Amino acid sequence: MTAGIFTALIFVTSLLAGLLGALTGLGGGVIIVPMLALVFKVDLRYAIGASLISVIATSSGSAVAYVRQGLSNIRIGMFLEVATTLWALLGAYLTLKISTHWIAIIFGCVLLYSAIASLRKRRKHAIPAAPDRMATALKLSGSYTENGVRHEYVAHRVPLGFGIMFGAGTLSGMLGIGSGAVKVLAMDMAMRLPFKVSTTTSNFMIGVTAAASAGVYLSRGYIDPGLALPVMLGVLGGSLLGSKLLVRAPVVTLRIVFSLVIIALGAEMIFSGATGRL
Amino acid sequence: MQESPRRPVLTDMQMDAAVANMLRFGISLAATLMILGGWFYLQHPTMQPADYAHFHGSATDLHNLGKVLTGSRLADSTSVLELGIVLLIATPVARVALCVVDFARQRDRLYVAVSFSVLLVLLYSLFRGGH
Repeated sequence: MTAGIFTALIFVTSLLAGLLGALTGLGGGVIIVPMLALVFKVDLRYAIGASLISVIATSSGSAVAYVRQGLSNIRIGMFLEVATTLWALLGAYLTLKISTHWIAIIFGCVLLYSAIASLRKRRKHAIPAAPDRMATALKLSGSYTENGVRHEYVAHRVPLGFGIMFGAGTLSGMLGIGSGAVKVLAMDMAMRLPFKVSTTTSNFMIGVTAAASAGVYLSRGYIDPGLALPVMLGVLGGSLLGSKLLVRAPVVTLRIVFSLVIIALGAEMIFSGATGRL
Repeated sequence: MQESPRRPVLTDMQMDAAVANMLRFGISLAATLMILGGWFYLQHPTMQPADYAHFHGSATDLHNLGKVLTGSRLADSTSVLELGIVLLIATPVARVALCVVDFARQRDRLYVAVSFSVLLVLLYSLFRGGH
């Protein structure tokens, strides 16, 4: 196999991963890493490095649209990035220390959890009546306009949301993923922010969080340019395509099928890690 | 026409637009470099793919921006690719730096401090991350 064919194969696989990531709402990184490791036998560290680059590209690429719409909240994002960047740096150092077997096992668990969480129905949560004092002091509030109607919101349970972001940062730094699912969990479920604000702000934060571990990855040779290029272009293209499809088609059935694929990937990662094949 | 001195110099909406422009510029530049580098990289039709099954951890000269810059002048495909990757990573960092400036223009001291601490973590990772 020549380098050209190998690059083309990686590109197509990454395109699929990006598509799957957008349709399930999990992001492309969490899917491309097991695919590279299991199908192409790429060393987990190279896979994580390439994935991290694709995560930065996808976040920056789609943030352009979201920021312009005024949906994402720069203050809330920036405040929570204090937590995610610090812990992403920590996560990146952790990855240097532990064996790839353990990384594979942790990765598999994250896949299983994300797939199951994406299948769960989102419940409407009651918004506490009393305004949050901490959120007011930190100016964690905002408004957005949808269909001509202006919606105002204030964050709640700030310490809980901030705490969950520690986890999001660590996972991102350890596994080279965006961990958008955890970020949305912190903002939507814990801080009771509107879902649209949570997803767009999370997307905006992903790039900054990933940049915090990128420096560590770069200097340790985790990022191979020849692999990062097709992965980045593929995942970026697939995610953009996926988010377009998402608007058009009802994806409930697709989501269930894809979640089963991701559960299988997760189980395989845990098995391969435990048996020392990864 | 007299402007009230208390009025913020920059509205949140203008700030959003500035951030969006900055992001667009950064990724366009990075993508151009990466596609260019990739094009050169694939110019050898019989070249074998690199061995990704084993981790070499060979520290690329990525953290040494100077070397990459001189390398790209020599039209070395790997260096052009690496420069594109570094630019891509630098885009969110520049975005945070822009926020520091914008919050300062809004006279929002609290958020100047918040965004500045995020910037510090990012710069530490980029320049001292390997140590």
